[in-house]
Amino acid sequence: MAAKTLLINGTMVSAREGETILEAARDAGVKIPTLCHLDGLSDVGACRLCLVEVGGRLRPACTTTVSEGMDVHTHTDALKAYRRQIIELLFAERGHVCAVCVASGHCELQDMAVTLGMDHVRYAYLAPTCSVDISHERFGLDHNRCILCSRCVRACDEVEGVHTWDIAGRGTSARVITDMNQPWGESETCTACGKCLLACPTGALFKRGATVAEMEHAPARIAMIVESRRVRG
Amino acid sequence: MSQRIVIDPVTRIEGHAKISIYLDDMGEVSDARFHVTEFRGFERFCEGRPFWEMPAITARICGICPVSHLLASAKAGDGILAVDIPPAADKLRRMMNLAQIVQSHALSFFHLSGPDFILGFDSDPATRNVFGLIAANPELARSGIRLRQFGQEVIEHLGGRKIHPAWAVPGGVRSGLPDQARQAIREKLPEAFSITRAAIGHMKTFLDTYRDEAASFGTFESLFMGLVADDGTWEHYGGALRVVDATGAILEDHVEARRYAEIIGEAVEPWSYLKFPYYQPRGYPDGMYRVGPLARINVCRSFGTPQADDELIELRQRGGATIKSSFFYHYARLVEILGALERIARLLDDPDLASRRLRADAGVNRLESVGISEAPRGSLIHHYKVDEHGLITQVNLIIATGQNNLAMNRTVAQIARRFVRGNTIPEGMLNRVEAGIRAFDPCLSCSTHAAGQMALDVRLIGPDGQELDRVVR
Ligand code: SF4
Ligand code: FES
Repeated sequence: MAAKTLLINGTMVSAREGETILEAARDAGVKIPTLCHLDGLSDVGACRLCLVEVGGRLRPACTTTVSEGMDVHTHTDALKAYRRQIIELLFAERGHVCAVCVASGHCELQDMAVTLGMDHVRYAYLAPTCSVDISHERFGLDHNRCILCSRCVRACDEVEGVHTWDIAGRGTSARVITDMNQPWGESETCTACGKCLLACPTGALFKRGATVAEMEHAPARIAMIVESRRVRG
Repeated sequence: MSQRIVIDPVTRIEGHAKISIYLDDMGEVSDARFHVTEFRGFERFCEGRPFWEMPAITARICGICPVSHLLASAKAGDGILAVDIPPAADKLRRMMNLAQIVQSHALSFFHLSGPDFILGFDSDPATRNVFGLIAANPELARSGIRLRQFGQEVIEHLGGRKIHPAWAVPGGVRSGLPDQARQAIREKLPEAFSITRAAIGHMKTFLDTYRDEAASFGTFESLFMGLVADDGTWEHYGGALRVVDATGAILEDHVEARRYAEIIGEAVEPWSYLKFPYYQPRGYPDGMYRVGPLARINVCRSFGTPQADDELIELRQRGGATIKSSFFYHYARLVEILGALERIARLLDDPDLASRRLRADAGVNRLESVGISEAPRGSLIHHYKVDEHGLITQVNLIIATGQNNLAMNRTVAQIARRFVRGNTIPEGMLNRVEAGIRAFDPCLSCSTHAAGQMALDVRLIGPDGQELDRVVR
């Protein structure tokens, strides 16, 4: 496979052909913030947190492949401001109340807000009252905490292979759904494997019966499953 | 009487206790109202949430006594699961509640009311606070801080952090008490006992010094309600409700949590967000009852622990078999601390605590449940209804401060009657009103500023509804 040479933040970096900017940057020790990306799953570029500047234009690092001579900037002031804005918008869009959330202390959204220095939200909170589905015998879904990253959708489809999850609706009324938008407990395809719970970055998916700060996800296990399957061939 | 008063949003001051005193045609005080504008929308917030989250949600929303909400809510949750929780979990929850009683009562006595006792009710308000107390009696102030710390440390050993949002959960608790934590608590107990005994000694001298206050501060007939154990001894977490009248006659006994609505009615008034619970058979407002330390002492037969029982005998000698003076809340608090310490000591030696079985697992087996525990300030009732999956459809919370609402108004009216002459609010009255309210240790932010005097906004209102005087401080 041909190697490509590119500039990341002014440093010459070589990358494999077909690699994404995100991967090339990571190999070069440059950490780009992500939310919808999860190792082991395909990339969809949903959250826009990984935006980088390529020759002055904005590109999501997780879905843009490297090319020869690319000039990539990952942490300009403008990018940092955009990333903060994205997190603020996520907080403003639904009801993320960390103080009473099952995932508090183990939440990628919360961690990202801290990392990016979000100390307040400049947008008016939409404060919708979203439903909570605990009809499944083992798991629960709280739409208030969902950021529509679609990691559950991809984990279910690509790793478990059943595609119980999908996203219905548009814009602020978009929701993750199970099967034909029926209560999770009535889903015929769900195998109750729990991979969506492993993958979810927030408290949106949780073990039924979990209480505040009790829900720990394990997103890295998705990559482990994928890798061990690949090794076994 | 009964003019409608409007709380003008412009002149409303956040964090102030707002009090209206009404005069009748003769210029005599006819009524007093303590307006509570907190607790709004609390129950609504919970609707639609899984009931498993309720202990943490209620603990987080009500920041002044989180542990009490945690426990009452967890008990209500046990009921929805329809389980008997493991013995170790039951005992650990008890220990946490006892520790909460110790720390909360220590705060109330040493920090909030101590300055009144040591410096005098009429001393300069600018120094009549915990800092003035430190200057006047550093040993007492310091020992109060240490006693409070003891309680907080026990809570921390159990809950992981000072106040973990969700240590108690429906079905039990999330973690046990490690051996070394048990040992650490044991080592600190002797000091906690000696601080408490010294404070009780002080209390007895205060009773002599403030004979007048003891007789006039909220001294009136009322009913009293609290949990008692099956054998009628003092209870804080288990048992069932008992109601006694001012003569000590038992009106209700063995009322289990789920039957609370048979004896408690709730009235609402347009001028307060706090509901006015009353004893149903007597109607509103005649069914006024008091809860909290004084009520628990009045409803129980004995403490069931030797040191506290000795003190109870003397307390009753001084205050009567059924004590009517709210001033005795302070005294009752100290005796409760003593009893709580004795029970903590006993629990520490309980072999059940070592069990690793801490949480009963079950699904939604009942769609309605009530949990009651004794918060430091009085009985706390959590009543939930859930759908078949466990989402909350209805919540009713009855908090201690609400139940003491009528009695607090009565206390303020009584004090006003003694002090108000003509159309002005005399300076000395504010201090007395503050102390009168403090006796109940209400869980309102206005009354829990440890570092200063209670912020008050008192209005005197004439028979035609006109404001005659107003003092804000
Ligand atoms: S439920 Fe979780 S994993 Fe699925 S889209 Fe929402 S936040 Fe992402
Ligand atoms: S991580 Fe690239 S768009 Fe979300």
